[in-house]
Amino acid sequence: METFLQFFSFQDSAVVAVVVGSILLTTSSAVVGTFTLLKKKALIGDAVAHALLPGICLSFLLTGTKNPFALIIGAFVAGWISIVVMDWIVGRSRIKEDTAIALVLSVFFGIGILLLTYIQHSGNAAQTGLDSFLFGKAAAMVEQDLIVFGTVAGILILTVILFFKELTIIAFDESYARSQGLPVRGLNLLLTSLTVMAVVTGIQAVGVVLMAAMLITPAAAARFWTNRVGKMTVIAAALGGFSGLSGAYISYTETDMPTGPWIVLIASAIALVSFFVAPDRGIISRLVSQRRLMKQIMNENLLKELYHLGEKDGVPDKKRTLDEIIEERYFPKRRLQATLGRLKRKGLVRKTGPDWSLTTEGHQKGARTVKLHRLWELYLTEYLKIAPDHVHEDAETIEHVITPEIEAELERLLDFPDKDPHAQSIPYSNPD
Amino acid sequence: MKIEAPNPVLEVHDLTVSYHKKPVLWNIDLTLPEGALVGIIGPNGAGKSTLLKAIMGLLPLGSGYARIFDQPLDAVRSRVSYVPQRASVDWDFPTTVRDVVLMGRYGKLGLLRRPGKKDKAIAMECLEKVGMAGFVKRQISQLSGGQQQRVFLARALAQEADIYFMDEPFAGVDAATEAAILGLLHELAEQKKTVVVVHHDLQTAAEFFDWIVLLNMRLVACGPIEQVFTNELLQQTYRGKLTVLSEVGELVRKRQIPSREKY
Repeated sequence: METFLQFFSFQDSAVVAVVVGSILLTTSSAVVGTFTLLKKKALIGDAVAHALLPGICLSFLLTGTKNPFALIIGAFVAGWISIVVMDWIVGRSRIKEDTAIALVLSVFFGIGILLLTYIQHSGNAAQTGLDSFLFGKAAAMVEQDLIVFGTVAGILILTVILFFKELTIIAFDESYARSQGLPVRGLNLLLTSLTVMAVVTGIQAVGVVLMAAMLITPAAAARFWTNRVGKMTVIAAALGGFSGLSGAYISYTETDMPTGPWIVLIASAIALVSFFVAPDRGIISRLVSQRRLMKQIMNENLLKELYHLGEKDGVPDKKRTLDEIIEERYFPKRRLQATLGRLKRKGLVRKTGPDWSLTTEGHQKGARTVKLHRLWELYLTEYLKIAPDHVHEDAETIEHVITPEIEAELERLLDFPDKDPHAQSIPYSNPD
Repeated sequence: MKIEAPNPVLEVHDLTVSYHKKPVLWNIDLTLPEGALVGIIGPNGAGKSTLLKAIMGLLPLGSGYARIFDQPLDAVRSRVSYVPQRASVDWDFPTTVRDVVLMGRYGKLGLLRRPGKKDKAIAMECLEKVGMAGFVKRQISQLSGGQQQRVFLARALAQEADIYFMDEPFAGVDAATEAAILGLLHELAEQKKTVVVVHHDLQTAAEFFDWIVLLNMRLVACGPIEQVFTNELLQQTYRGKLTVLSEVGELVRKRQIPSREKY
């Protein structure tokens, strides 16, 4: 708790640098990542991130210092070369894009590790901490870094805001954008440069190995919460920023801990939670609506069977025992009782002692399902020429789907028929 | 058979297009008159969509050129509108009906400028024309196929162009959408605007269009419907593939021969 307060009171200027730096880096990469994701280029981001390592190492070897500006330029050049190489492989050989990405990622990263190992064994005193580029070290940021990274992050966010409309259209419908004469090639180049820049700056906080996650995860999580590109970008930025802040805190309290994995874990946890609890798109919400649907189908099936029983003995509201219902059509006893209870609360069935009977309203509802079932059977035999013994199973499903509009259309097409293909009568709610 | 249009709005000259070096359209020559409803007809794989994309400058040309209003495409982009195939985009993209239609204004707006009040009013008007005014704020993934098609049409209309190229707008749409598209085509033709439609249904082609392009890797015929939509020409278009043409195309691809020799 004490460190928590110490950290969040921001009295230590080093803390301010680390916090502001981390938030800027993760926010800007989340903003750019939104469009990388929408353009379906997530894997390229991963390849670029890994490909930066040799650039950083070479830049260090040439300058002999860890000047952030020099490292950024080295990383940027390496990132660009990796993209050019990927494009060249796809364009000039029979190798497909996924293979090209895998090739570039592993070859560039391999060279990077080689160089890194060489530097570490070279005895250069300035090299300590260079390996933090592998997994990130937010706490290693000093004010000088902050100025460089902060500027780049600011430029990234500003560019996305300025070109929001253009980046959106090339992600949604590139050939339409070209047909209007928009400079699509230039815009693609812009998005690629933004992606490389975002990765380059983000590695200080997250490291090359996990940088792609920082680019993509906040955007993927944000997609669950909204259906608008604008909101998605803002939400991704907020989630990215929050992960960055948490990473900075952990980096501050546990000085030996690499920040990247923590930031990525926090972002992934948010994405995972979104995956489950988000409205509409989330798994839980889908399960709930599916359950509701299953209940509605069960209700309709039971009312239909009660109607069938009444049809057989001519007494629609006769009292039935559970066994009598199960004999007409098998339902597991538990579910049958639960469904009857539900229908009773809706006023569709009545309970007298152990027996159950349909109310007038319940009878009408049962009749409608039966009518839809038989109309559909007739439609299948008349219009699709399907044999009468093949139509029942289909109708069992479709009876729960048909809307009043389609019902009216079926009645019109079939000219208000009396009998279904099995010569059973079709019930109308107001017979005329 | 090829009937020249007087004062053509579109002229395609000796156009050859290849996919991965394999020629799919051979030496197309045609002209279209102003205010016509043009149907491009031909079997699957005839290169109908390819012709449209080539005219729109979306594919590299092996040879030849297309001129619109007697000018190269780049000079008249703002007067040309394109409706891509509905399936060519991801309809789960996080955007709304109105924002998609507003994309039709981006060409006129140019870079960096945001759509303003006037653009929004135009978008709204176009949505009304296709009967989708009630769906402005709807997320596009919630639309039916026919509704998606109408949104694409509204987007094309928002460009306020003089010639429209539509790739299979009638494919797999409901009756209401078909009626909406037809109404729109006639309205555009009345305003002397030209509409070029890729279409695959022979039954309806005769009712929909007044000018027909018959295509099967090469131009079979182009002209007013009464002269071109004949049994004989249709049979030429649909009667099997020209096997030699496909085989030669395949050879060109295998041996990676450039479609025009350059020195």
